[in-house]
This record gives sequence, C-alpha cells and structure tokens, in this order.
Amino acid sequence: MGINFRKETFRDDFSFRNSPEQIRRFPFPFHEDGYMYAVNIEPHTPGPKNTVFEHLIDVDEHYVSEMEDRAQVLAEDPLRCQSLPHMTLAGWDLLELLMIQKAESYPEHFSLTRDGDKWHWVNRPLGIDDHFTFGDVSTLPYGPMEYITRQSQGDFCVLDQRDGNLWMDAGIVTTQADWSLDFDIGMNFFEWHAPVPLAHEMGIFNRALKFLTNIQQGQPARRFNWTMTINPRLDTSPENYHKWGVDRTTVTPDNVGQKVHLRVELQSFWRLPRSNALVFPIRCYLIKMDELVTSPKWARRFHRVLRDLPNELAEYKGLTRYRQTVVEWLSQYDDGAPTSSGFGPD
Amino acid sequence: MTANSILSRPVYGTLSPQPGRNHLFVADAEGAAAILDMAKAAPKGFFADAHIIFVPGDTGAHYVEALKSLQAARFYEGPSTAAALPRLRQTLATAHMGLRIYLAGTEGLIGLAMQAAMEAGFDHASIQTEHRGSLARRIQCVHCKGITENVTTQPATCSHCGLVLLVRDHYSRRLAAFQGVCINAEDPTEIPQAEEIFR
Amino acid sequence: MSAGTSKIDVTVTDVVTVNELVKRFHFRRADGQLLPTFSGGAHIVVEMRDDDRTRLNPYSLMSSPLDTRDYTISVRRDDTGRGGSLFMHQRVKPGMGMVISSPVNLFSLDLRARKHLMIAGGIGITPFMAQTSQLSGDGSNFELHYTCRTEALGTYADVLRARYGRRIHLYRDDQGERLPLEQLLASQPLGTHLYICGPAGMIDWVRRTAAEAGWPDDTVHFEHFAAPQPGKPFDVTLALSGKQIHVGEQQSLLEAIEAAGIDPPYLCRGGVCGQCETKVISYDGKFLHNDHWLSEEEHRSGCKIMPCVSRFDGKSLVLER
Repeated sequence: MGINFRKETFRDDFSFRNSPEQIRRFPFPFHEDGYMYAVNIEPHTPGPKNTVFEHLIDVDEHYVSEMEDRAQVLAEDPLRCQSLPHMTLAGWDLLELLMIQKAESYPEHFSLTRDGDKWHWVNRPLGIDDHFTFGDVSTLPYGPMEYITRQSQGDFCVLDQRDGNLWMDAGIVTTQADWSLDFDIGMNFFEWHAPVPLAHEMGIFNRALKFLTNIQQGQPARRFNWTMTINPRLDTSPENYHKWGVDRTTVTPDNVGQKVHLRVELQSFWRLPRSNALVFPIRCYLIKMDELVTSPKWARRFHRVLRDLPNELAEYKGLTRYRQTVVEWLSQYDDGAPTSSGFGPD
Repeated sequence: MTANSILSRPVYGTLSPQPGRNHLFVADAEGAAAILDMAKAAPKGFFADAHIIFVPGDTGAHYVEALKSLQAARFYEGPSTAAALPRLRQTLATAHMGLRIYLAGTEGLIGLAMQAAMEAGFDHASIQTEHRGSLARRIQCVHCKGITENVTTQPATCSHCGLVLLVRDHYSRRLAAFQGVCINAEDPTEIPQAEEIFR
Repeated sequence: MSAGTSKIDVTVTDVVTVNELVKRFHFRRADGQLLPTFSGGAHIVVEMRDDDRTRLNPYSLMSSPLDTRDYTISVRRDDTGRGGSLFMHQRVKPGMGMVISSPVNLFSLDLRARKHLMIAGGIGITPFMAQTSQLSGDGSNFELHYTCRTEALGTYADVLRARYGRRIHLYRDDQGERLPLEQLLASQPLGTHLYICGPAGMIDWVRRTAAEAGWPDDTVHFEHFAAPQPGKPFDVTLALSGKQIHVGEQQSLLEAIEAAGIDPPYLCRGGVCGQCETKVISYDGKFLHNDHWLSEEEHRSGCKIMPCVSRFDGKSLVLER
C-alpha cells in the first residue's frame, strides 16, 4: 500500500493538483455558514481513517514535492530557518517527536531504530538513511530542527515558555501566510500576533495564551486557520511579496476555478519534554475552487462565509482585490439550500 | 508622544531610579533632558555608581555641561551612536548583576542600545526607556533585509534595493527596526506620494 | 477542556533511607516501558491511597532527565503535617503499585542564562538534583549553594560534591556557616539567572535581597510549593453540583471536593499553578489563604479561593463548583 506521492510544483508552472481521494480528506475549516474568530482549540487526538486527523502528524500525497519546494526556498533564503542559541535542546525534542510519530504512523515509509543515543533513521520517500548520535549536533548535516523539518510538511514555530508568555525563538517557515520569521523571531505571543485585527480587542489572545501555556506533555491540541492564495503557491512570504503580490490582480471570472485556492492551516500545539518548550506545527492544505465545489455543501458554505466576511478580516487576509469576483463565481453553486452543521461534505 | 498602535510597537516610559549597584545611561540628543529630569528624583549619591554614554548629535550639545554636573563616575561623549556602541558592548561584557540600564532619546538609539543589552544577556523588560526627540525610524526591508536609518516618510524608499516600502508599526527588538513591506507589489504602477510623518 | 495530566501506573522498585528525616523512592512503569522524558525542575503528583482516603502530593523529580528508566523522589518526614510524608515513610514498600501523574514543570530553567546560580535550603535540594544533571550534560555554567542544619541533614551534598566538585557550596547551620548572599549576588556576571528552592522564609529573604541588589524579576525563579496545612474542619456548599461537603482537619478543600466526586483541574496542588482557582459565591467568615497564585487584592476581595492549599473559618462558604 502506502501513499502515492505526486510529482508536482508550487511555483512556475503550478502543476499542483489534489487527487479525488485527497479532496475527500481536505480539512474544510467552517462548521457553520459564517466565520469569526474564536479560541477554537480542541484536543489533538487521532481521528477517523481517511481524514487528515488519522495520524497526529499527517503525511500526504504532496509530501515529496513539498519537501523539494522547501529545499528551493531555503537555498534562495536561508533566513527562513532560524534558531536562537538556547533553542537547540528544543530542536532535539522536535526531532524525536517527528521521527517517532512518522515511524509509528507510516512504517512503510519511515523507520527509526534507537539503541541508547545511537539512532538510525530511514526516510524512504526522500531516500535518506542516516545514523547519528541523539544530542550530538556534529553527527547531523544540519541542526536537529532543520534536519527533521526539511523532512516534514508544514511550517514549525518552536516557542520558549518564560514569564507566563511564549517566545518565538526558533522556527522554519517556508509555506507561510504572509509573515516573516526573520522579523518575528524573538517576539512574544502578543507581539507576533500584533498585526492581526479585531482579535486582541476580543480577548482572544489572552485566553489562547492561558490555554497554550498549560498544555502538558502527551496532550497536544489543535485549531484551524485559513486564508486564500492565488495559484497553488506555498511560499507566500512577505520576503517575496513583491514577486507574488501581483498574482492577486490576475483573477477573472474565467480562471477562478483553477487559480483561486482556499488555504487551510491545521495548527497543532505540543509540549516538548526536555526543553519545556512548545512546538506549533502549522500544516498548510491547498484546494482549488474547482476541487472545492465538487462538494455541494462546501461550495454553498464557502460562498456564504466569503460573502459575509467582515471587511477588516478580508483586508488582513489580503482578499480585497478578488473577493467579489470569487463570491460571484461561487454564487452559481449556492441555491440557498440549508447546509448541515459540521465540517464534512454531506 | 506616540499614538496608540499595535502591540509589537514599543511602549516607552519615564526614567525612574531603580534599586541596583551600578547604573548605565545611554542617551542621544534630547534624551539628555530625560536623564536630567530623572536626576531630580534620584536619591543622594545615585550617580556615584553611574556611567553615562551620551551622543549629542545635531541638537544635544547644550546638554553636555548639565550632564557632566551630575558627576557620574564615568561620562563619555561620542560623535555618533555607531561610535559609542563598541564602548557600550565592552561595558556590558564586563558588567555584573545589579547593573541597571536606562535608555533615552530617539527610537533608533533606544533600539540599538537595547539590542546590545539583550545580546549581553539582559532581558528587555528590565530596561528603563524614555523616548525624546525625533520620531525617525530604523526600517528593515523585509525583501532585501537591508536596514534604512532615519526614515521620516510614509512610504519610504529602501536605501538598498530601491523598493517603495509601507512603514509598519510592527517592530522587532532583535533587529531594532520597524518592518518595511513593498507598498505597490500588487500594482507596481501605483506610486503613492511620500509624506513626512515620522519627524 | 480541563487541564491536568495523564496518570501512570508505577511499581515502587526501591525505598532508601537517606538520613534520619529523608527517604528516597524509586518508581518504574508497571508495564515495563520507559517513563516520559522530563525537564529539570519538573514534579509529579503522587497518589497515596490510605485506606478510605486519597491524598495527592507533589514531589520534585530528582533523577537525571537523561535517564527515564526510573523516576526518583525524596520525601522529608513531617511529623506535624497532614500525614502524606508519614504515609510515604511508613507504608510505602518496594514492590507496591502506585499511581503518579505525568511530569509537569513549573520551575523551569531559563536556557538563555549565561550562568545558573542555584540556592537550596534543606529538602529544597531535590529539583536541583535533576537540573544540575541536565545542565552538566550540555556543559552549561552553574553553581549551587546549599544550606542545611547539619552535615548529616545535607541530603545528597556528598553526591553533588562527588559529581560537580567546586561548583557545590555547603553551609552548615550547626557549624555557624552562613550563606554570604549579598556578596554572592554582587559577583555574578551579567546574564546570570537565580533559582531558589527551600523554606518560605529563605525564598522571601533571597528574593528581597536580590531585588534590593538590582536583580530584575525575570532573572529570579523560585519553587514555592506550599504543602497544604491541616486546620480546623469546615463545611462548604458546592453550588453547581448542589452538594454539601465537610473538610476534615487533615484534608485539603480540594481533596474534600474530589472526595465528593467532583474533579477540578490541577497541576501543582501547591498553590502556584492556578488551575484549581475557584469562584466564591458567598461567605460569612474568614479565608485562610495560603497560595502564591492570587494577588493580595484578590485575597482581600473574597471572590476567589485556591482549594489546594487554602482553608476557611466561619459560618458558611458557597463555592461555584
């Protein structure tokens, strides 16, 4: 069995597609016909088969191509992966977490053999077979965080916990929704969220911080976030905004289906044992509008969410230039029928 | 002094004497007046364990005599912030716990001195700051990573790559800089008029 | 979602008499697996089932975080306490099955520190046993100053000296030796962090002296578990569940709430983590606040109580539980 890894691109000719099976498991983030911030955090426990929650660290058909895209981003801009000096121990914690989760969930693709601190890691999809000493940086080609996150889908923020706050002191960020690790590294929870509109006034971040600082080992939690991206581009970084920003002006009624993507972030939150740090894996899932509307419920609901979104949020998410075009395109799939509650397709 | 803004925008206070064994002041231009105001409230003998690093710039020369009259254990007058920084770093490298740090003047000076203190192991939250004088900003261009000093306009032009940048209130203590993001990425033909707003 | 930690079934593998007041307990997982990795300064909550009552007491892990085959804790006998330490000393034997919580760290090292300066008093040495193991493993700079009544009660001083030599400084009360605190605090390089664990009086003294010497709050860390104290019995109404409970002399309010079948969240059971904070609906009497979580203002307001360590003396108390 195993996963059938696709060969595709997230830049230039944008050959990214979802297979029909992948569309069915897409983590549609709206449980009702509207959207507003909430501290929508729930326990991150394994979910049903053929969902992105089946395993706590999801590996899907885009894995190999996403890792190639990440390597290209890092070659062009090494500042996308940084770790302040006191975060090396947390990097080892993260390496342990990801290797164990991958090897347990996908034994046909990954294996880990441990004999004390002598570890043997095999990643078959990427052709990696390494022996190293756990805790000894000199035995890996990169620092521990960079080594394992070059082999893991999604961005990773590693947060030191001090003085009742969380500090973004390490991370690898190549598939982000328009924020800069290089700029935000070293900031606390309120500072790096500072540009987000409305939520501060609603007390969202105070409540979220209280919850996150109390997350215990072995009891991870998760939440969704979402935005939209023109073309299936993973690297929508502010660093390259002057190169991709112009994409937002290219949306027409004829190309919405292929060009416009809903971008869902599945964020999970884990306590790391040795460092007492937290890690936020931020996993990005893309789906084309043509793919999304294959589920009538998702089409109706997303039309209503996008149509009724407060302007501040649309502006913050960068949707303003093309929102109306997409809402009109989606309206052809919305007959006004009621939708069932919950996330899944009907 | 500075309008309400987002939470990453630094908030400056008013210098006040802290318990401690040694006191290190770093100020530029009108920042001297903040030290002089604080001195009025300081206990007797406070400056006997103080070290003042002062960069008068174009507008601060007339404060020098008044600062000297505080009779700090050490007083240094430097021609520029850049020239004073090696001295500051050396002072921090040999300092002991019990040192308190006070920064006053322009945002650029406060940011650079705080950056040096943080590199020496000092937590930003325990540093006293007071903003006086110019509101000119240090800007990091998020695209090319170059720092442009003394930015007074919105938008501003990156002095390294030439992109026209929206100057945000989002601020990085680690970089001692505000963030600049290309303002016309979605339509490069739009060239907004620059207005002088950070004076 | 309530906070709290998962539970682990363990077997007591060894009980060692360390000196006249302290015993050490070794636990392994009952299923033979490795225990969870932890960080220096973490504690576990040990469940003590003593006939018809259950006590839950927090103890710092003192074994090396680098070795999770077993966990070890040290318990000082307290003849006037509520009996938790006496239970451990008198009833717990090798081979016994017990239940512990997963580790939680409320006394974490600040890994940015250029140097870690540790001050221990008496049994407050235990979290530093794990922290020094962790720090020496990665070559960090640390120094430990340890005050005790007599050499014989300087629990593990010999072990620490053998491991770390001149980094360990012992001060014996009966020899007239005193910790030269002011001098010590004045001679530390910039970027040093201070950690204190010991009796409340010592923690207050060190914190106050450090603040006066200009140490910023963020560089001073302390472990302030207040063991619940026995006290006069009192009655409480739990409004949400509609129950009347009686808090016995040797019982904490939290334990009495749990005995009534209600499970408030908790992490520390020592008045520091804030998890079990409970709203007061009405009261007629006097609160005996013993926690370090609520502010003085909150203590005075009579609106909140930390049931893990605080008590009540008066006619009536109604809580939102």
